[in-house]
Amino acid sequence: MDGGDDYMNSIITDDRLTELSNDEIARYSRHLLLPDIGVEGQKRLKAAKVLLVGTGGLGAPLALYLAAAGVGTLGIVDFDVVEASNLQRQIIHSTRDIDRPKVASARDKIKGLNPNVNVVVYDTTLTSANALDIIRDYDIVADGTDNYQTRYLVNDACVLLGKPNVYGSVFQFEGQASVFYAGAGPCYRCLYPAPPPPGLVPSCSEGGVMGVLPGIVGTIQAAEVIKLIVGGADSLIGRLLLFDAWGMKFRELKLEHDSNCPICGDNPTIHELIDYEQFCGLKKTHEEKKFDTITALELKARLDAGEPIQLIDTREPHERAIVKFPNAVAIPIGQAARRIDELDPNIDAVFICKIGQRSVFAMRALDEAGYTGRMLNLQDGVNAWARDVDKSLPTY
Amino acid sequence: MAVTLLVPTALRTFTDGKKELEIAATTVGEAVTALADTYPDIKKHLYEDSGELRSFINIFVGETNIKSTGGLGTAVRDGDTVMLVPAIAGGALTVNN
Ligand SMILES: [Zn+2]
Repeated sequence: MDGGDDYMNSIITDDRLTELSNDEIARYSRHLLLPDIGVEGQKRLKAAKVLLVGTGGLGAPLALYLAAAGVGTLGIVDFDVVEASNLQRQIIHSTRDIDRPKVASARDKIKGLNPNVNVVVYDTTLTSANALDIIRDYDIVADGTDNYQTRYLVNDACVLLGKPNVYGSVFQFEGQASVFYAGAGPCYRCLYPAPPPPGLVPSCSEGGVMGVLPGIVGTIQAAEVIKLIVGGADSLIGRLLLFDAWGMKFRELKLEHDSNCPICGDNPTIHELIDYEQFCGLKKTHEEKKFDTITALELKARLDAGEPIQLIDTREPHERAIVKFPNAVAIPIGQAARRIDELDPNIDAVFICKIGQRSVFAMRALDEAGYTGRMLNLQDGVNAWARDVDKSLPTY
Repeated sequence: MAVTLLVPTALRTFTDGKKELEIAATTVGEAVTALADTYPDIKKHLYEDSGELRSFINIFVGETNIKSTGGLGTAVRDGDTVMLVPAIAGGALTVNN
């Protein structure tokens, strides 16, 4: 780092630079005209190797803008296939790509935009077993993942390998961006030592996300990647940028390195990659109460037989507007405990949400509030009802 | 002495959708306690069973994390903005069974 200011020197060393061809000079002329990028900055971009973890909402603008900018090598990691519900925001994929692997669709789009880019495809999940080997070859990692276990995995692998981790995440209308770079500033664990318990923060597949939001946050990440490569810019290291798309407001918070950080602190306790599913509480622990489930077909049979059953729809009002569950009482998760008296403990209660995950939180809240009746979770939620019982209903 | 407490989207399910609360408080701890007293359902999402703040939530007064200013005991002044900043993953918290 330069003294005084937070300006970073380029992370690409001079010995890796090669000449630009006349075609490249024509293509990148708008960069070459910027004194802060210029021929030298463009050569650094050409030499750079950037790994994109995830080709979803954040990965789409990252991949497109970094390809357009002339980053020499782009690695893309994703195990997923393109679905119709991705297309509202994942603009690197098209309607005709539905059911194709995301990495294949992304590679085609990158090559079409800029054939100079060397695209390396990893059609796999990033895991503790492969992360170090994959990341080792790259200069920078851009994290566009959609789950906590991969975020901690990417962070830890980057800290262990000394790589900068260009971070972005989104939820509904809110986004966060930063650059985590142990040695130069804090890492993700300095800010968040541990993830929330699973399900507490609804996922984008349950909580929704405004389509342009990852476009904006992913583009901010792309800018940070380019700045680290070119050098001389004031990076987001040590700063957390918060963006509220609905209020159209940016805020900036100061991030500090935590000397007690378990991986980049003074006395680190993490020296290798760990089991991130376990760390994120995704493996069942015996102390956690497990609730019984009921399938949509079983529920239909019991209702048809005239059995008294309390149907509790734990979804939010705007979700019930998408598809209504017949004859259900609406008790959103946040109200479950205080509305315990509306339930009759002598009658079985079936809890309903979109896909059968959040409903468990309402059941747990009631259990903790002392509810004594039998509670059943509708497996796979309203979507299962639409799939198996009433096919006229939409899934979402 | 009133501060503005900003509630992030992820926790608004528990505050009847409210994103901003004016709270009379002299410390961050008082402000957060007042929030939890008004909306009891939020309590277990903010605190561990031990009473400590959960580690996926950071609290900032202005642009400074209270971790570096004395935690929940950090003093607040009239007009301060107290912001809860939880970790967001940006996607599926799919439980991989
Ligand atoms: Zn750290």
